[in-house]
Amino acid sequence: MDFGPHLLLAMLEGLVQASVLTLTALGLSLVFGVMRVVNVAHGEFFMLGAVLAWWITFLVGGPPALAFIVALLVAPLLVGTIAAAADWLVLRRIDYDPERTIVATIGLLYIIQQLTLMSYGPDARPVAPPFNTRLALPWFEFGSGGVQIYWPWGLSITSYKLFVIFAALLTGLALWAVMARSRLGLILRATQQDRETAQAFGVPVERVYALVFGLGAALAALGATLVVPIQQAHYLMGGDPLLLSFIVVIIGGLGSLRGTVVAAILIGMSDGIISVFFSPTLAKMLATLLVAMVLVFRPQGLFGSKPA
Amino acid sequence: MAQQKTDGLIAPTRRAVLKGVAATGLATAMPGHLYGATDEPIRVGFQVHRTGIGASYGRWYDRTTTAAARVINEAGGINGRPLEIIAEDDGTDPKRGAEVLEKFANQHNCDIAYGTLFSHVVIGSAPRAAELKLPYFVVSEGHHVASGMLNRYTLQPGITDVKSQVQAMAPFVAANLGKKVTMIYPDFAFGHNHRDFFGDAIEKEGGQVVAKIAIPPTETSFTRYFPQIPRETEVIYHVMVGPAVLTFVKEMGEFFGPSSPEIFGFIDSLEAVDLATPGLEFLDGSFFWEGHPRYAQPDQTEYDKFYREQVGVDENGASVDDPRDVSTYSHMFACWETLHVIKDGMEAAGYKGPQDRAALIEAVEAMTDMPESRAHPQGPKIFNGKTHQVFGVQYISQVNGGRLDVKHVTSIEDGLYPDEVDYTTQPL
Amino acid sequence: MSRAVGLHLGVIAALLALQFVLPAYHHGVLARVMVMAVFAMGYNVMFGYTGLLSLGHAMFFAAGMYGMGLAMKQWDVPLVPAFLLGIAAAFLLALVVGVLALRTAGVAFMIVTLMFSQSLFLAILHFGAITRGDEGFALARSLRQVAGLDLAAPATRYFAAWGLFSVVLLGTLALVRSRRGRVLVAIRENEERTRMLGYDVWRHKLMAVVVSGTICGAAGAAYGVLFGYVGASFSQVPYSIFPLLWVLLGGAGTVIGPFVGTLFMFYLIDLSSGLTDAYMLVVGVALVLLTLFLPRGLMGSLRDRGMKWLP
Repeated sequence: MDFGPHLLLAMLEGLVQASVLTLTALGLSLVFGVMRVVNVAHGEFFMLGAVLAWWITFLVGGPPALAFIVALLVAPLLVGTIAAAADWLVLRRIDYDPERTIVATIGLLYIIQQLTLMSYGPDARPVAPPFNTRLALPWFEFGSGGVQIYWPWGLSITSYKLFVIFAALLTGLALWAVMARSRLGLILRATQQDRETAQAFGVPVERVYALVFGLGAALAALGATLVVPIQQAHYLMGGDPLLLSFIVVIIGGLGSLRGTVVAAILIGMSDGIISVFFSPTLAKMLATLLVAMVLVFRPQGLFGSKPA
Repeated sequence: MAQQKTDGLIAPTRRAVLKGVAATGLATAMPGHLYGATDEPIRVGFQVHRTGIGASYGRWYDRTTTAAARVINEAGGINGRPLEIIAEDDGTDPKRGAEVLEKFANQHNCDIAYGTLFSHVVIGSAPRAAELKLPYFVVSEGHHVASGMLNRYTLQPGITDVKSQVQAMAPFVAANLGKKVTMIYPDFAFGHNHRDFFGDAIEKEGGQVVAKIAIPPTETSFTRYFPQIPRETEVIYHVMVGPAVLTFVKEMGEFFGPSSPEIFGFIDSLEAVDLATPGLEFLDGSFFWEGHPRYAQPDQTEYDKFYREQVGVDENGASVDDPRDVSTYSHMFACWETLHVIKDGMEAAGYKGPQDRAALIEAVEAMTDMPESRAHPQGPKIFNGKTHQVFGVQYISQVNGGRLDVKHVTSIEDGLYPDEVDYTTQPL
Repeated sequence: MSRAVGLHLGVIAALLALQFVLPAYHHGVLARVMVMAVFAMGYNVMFGYTGLLSLGHAMFFAAGMYGMGLAMKQWDVPLVPAFLLGIAAAFLLALVVGVLALRTAGVAFMIVTLMFSQSLFLAILHFGAITRGDEGFALARSLRQVAGLDLAAPATRYFAAWGLFSVVLLGTLALVRSRRGRVLVAIRENEERTRMLGYDVWRHKLMAVVVSGTICGAAGAAYGVLFGYVGASFSQVPYSIFPLLWVLLGGAGTVIGPFVGTLFMFYLIDLSSGLTDAYMLVVGVALVLLTLFLPRGLMGSLRDRGMKWLP
């Protein structure tokens, strides 16, 4: 394929990746921003979302579109509830101590993974997309007769992938509206800025924490439900989203939702684009080193303010 | 989806071991205990991938092993002694793999170890097998055994190695599909084996690899790699492993749309995946290597039929209990065949106990022809005692309306190559 | 001789004595646990004593392992110099990573170390022609001989592991009881105040990273030599998480804790895998329970309850 169409294809694919990553990373960012804890089990909530989406579409049956809509609504809700319960039962009791939270969430990670292996099994299972039309895309070239439009071999996207981008955009906007405009958002922001003062003003901090932990997990599950018609649900699929979300949250600046979105798009896209220029494993290696170097020389992330 | 419940004697868990031990009234920790009583079981330590990345294969290796052990026991066991499978999960991790071997040798008093699939677990465990002087029968299809990297205690008598498989494909690909090949493979050792061995083999047939596309491990999205396929490509040669294989194949179909070159794949790309999955329609007419035909063929042998029944696989290669639970049919036959080789080896060596382990190795090394039979349902094989590697026929099948029809069976000779090692020169 | 020194010498003596009485299986297990405990002790220098939480220590273990393994396999270096090359590789890597990563702190430090470690893993795959990629390679028994001793034989292997373990155990004990060691603890407790008191915090942190990385490299090289395998799985994320778990289980900031944690974790997995296939579930539940009820780990809790002298 020529360079131009190749780059366009890599960018489109990158955008799909970035969309799912945005949702997952927003969840992690929210938890980190408000609660100041690192949730190592975040990737497992992502996986749980995908696996539950498979179960739900399997149980609902009927036309793929209907089953998928049910999954899209129910899977994040279930995962959010599970996460909130884990917060209430475990994290609350260890007082959100940063190190103990890491160990406890590693424990949760193993528990969720193993329970999934025991109930769902080790196979990767697909969910039928509600719709999936291949859309060929045109490209242009400057020939002797001026600009010519043609349809390069392989340059295409599917309608479902476009929907993923759109759905992520919509969710991001909704989250922004909640955070900026609603009373709930006000409470969340107040808790984030100063836990003690918020408590003094009558904010039920414990319940807010459980809610935030659940919401963060639900966002990851939503991302997973969206991606599961493209990829498959598998009990070990949580590792990559966790690593990438981590990177995104740090690069974006801790707790900054705006930064998280920009970083997710940047990282999702660059992963695709770098692979155009380098051999893939080398590309991954360089991208990883690049992220590390960005942090080394700008530890507060791209959008974080310098710590006082 | 839960673990199969099996008969106590052969159920591959430690609970069963304890039960078995209680039944024969023997303490586990009797160092240097000499086996004499005829009802004393032969203990085969089964290193199984129950967790980790290999779990999908491990489950079917488990089922096949259980079935083979039952069949062997029903036919009178080995030298009149029952065969007992003692399974330990290795988590698909080389470090745990080595630990599990120690457990077999020193705690469970196993006679031999057996059953490993993933190459890195084999290579991480094999040094320990030699140090423990524990015969180690792997079912991995890796070239590591025949390449001479391992040792005299490690053997692969049940499955043809990847070098031989790949080499046997080249004549068919060049003669029927095209000469200009683009290879897509995972960017780690397994993929590199395909790249190197097929590249050499296709050049011998007058063909050429026009592009090599290596996909990094843990990749979950593939479309962006396909533009590297040159337009002149006549055949796509694909092989992929891991949980993302279905995404890989689907995205390949979406990429090509209606106008694809010829496609030849290793079934690894769709092992344990239902061919009738939506999104795979484009594969119709394309070709696959199969280790053992997943779909029962019109000329199915009595041996394959028997094997299918015993393992619990229907004529579409799925579990008889759940038609959506597709087996790893192209690999798991090797568990069945390896256990039968172990039985034959032990009987030839007059195996009585751990003191005869060296004799067992020598007896297996002395094997050559393994005719197609109930013990070898995949087809006839030739074992090379010097390289510890077996060579068998390979199947090339075409996708036809959501099932695979065998179009060509390679000869054993197609897959032979000069020896790279002579393990028999190493001390036992 | 203080109680602390006595305790650690006692542990070393007990491990030496166990060599002669343990049944074969547990004998082998203990040799491996001692090597992995060295890994954990190295981790503890940085995490337990200096308060630097790294998520990338697999890279130091792998640097030691591959430095040793490649030297032997590719360049025919004899065992002892190859082992030292492995340690040197880990030392250099720790120095470079330390200089770069210490510009960050907290969660950013965790991520930077994780990224560096992931890069090393990808490099091992990318240079598969030399490293044999994910499969790794076995070291022939004939290579694993030193001065007529066969390191693959159970007794010599045990002695070698015990020797390395003892050196590192006493070394870390000496370090944490030294002036420098106390500065590290001061940094962990309050970095700003330590700086105000006139200590060069950055230099001390760098020392901690380098000492920690080098010890972990020694563990990696020792694993390769003693168990005959060099593989990429040791550079992957789980092997960065394991030392953290072992240290937290045994008690971060205690000298003996990492060994206790490694031993405990090994037998937890080994015994539960005999009882159920779901042994990772047992491990997960154990971890959650430990954080709930024994937050300072096994030895840390002992120190809280009476054994205040435990270093």
